[in-house]
Amino acid sequence: MAKQQRLEVSEVGDVTVVHFRDQRIIEDLGIQEMGQELFHLVEGENRKKLLLNFSSVSFMSSAALGKLITLDKKVKAKGGVLKLCSIRPEIYEVFAITRLDRLFDIRKDESDGLGSF
Amino acid sequence: MSQDRWVWQCERVIPSETGAGAPILQEILKQLEKNDWIQHDIFSIHLAMEEALVNAIRHGNRLDTSKHVHVACRVSSELIRIEITDEGEGFDPSAVPDPTDPANIEAPSGRGLMLMRSFMSRVEYNDVGNRVVMEKERAKQDDQKKD
Repeated sequence: MAKQQRLEVSEVGDVTVVHFRDQRIIEDLGIQEMGQELFHLVEGENRKKLLLNFSSVSFMSSAALGKLITLDKKVKAKGGVLKLCSIRPEIYEVFAITRLDRLFDIRKDESDGLGSF
Repeated sequence: MSQDRWVWQCERVIPSETGAGAPILQEILKQLEKNDWIQHDIFSIHLAMEEALVNAIRHGNRLDTSKHVHVACRVSSELIRIEITDEGEGFDPSAVPDPTDPANIEAPSGRGLMLMRSFMSRVEYNDVGNRVVMEKERAKQDDQKKD
């Protein structure tokens, strides 16, 4: 597994669970690196079931949303499944306003997310 | 809003580099926390400023290091006003595609302006499109509790 700077990656069964090391996903370089690490999980390591846990994320900008959208496309192109979980209310508001709550499968917590695969 | 009702104000000129707005942004947020603005307001202002600064630096000035971004902020007991001006050619905000349109929903960018408008009370651009004024009315008294 490639060394992760921005992510903490673990496995629960056949699901790859991803936590974010950065509480605030805003800075340009950080977002680029986060994106590359997420994409590598799919394209480099061929992981098919991804659950992104946002419990440590207190802030994220729209640029980070863009990376998630691109990730979703890559996962779908590989026949995989992407889910999100543990999104704080203020961050969820960002997904809802941009209607991305309809694009992504967002679950209440990690347990709910894992059970939904 | 008459000038003598502002309790705090600042102005800065920042370079067209990603992340260059972080110091003034933190200064403003710290001021809001000091004056007991509720967390949702602080989050909203943080997000809107982040998006507006990225727009000015990346889209307005096109990361041209010879250009700068002017940031001015004024805070009263009930309102924050932020003006961000870049040195670019401007744009037409009305021409920005709706990011929630199904045709655009999977586009990787184009949501910043929508988020600014959703989280602030007022967002206005000058005719050229290189200056934005954003205001946020402080949450009502019965919502004023620390989170």
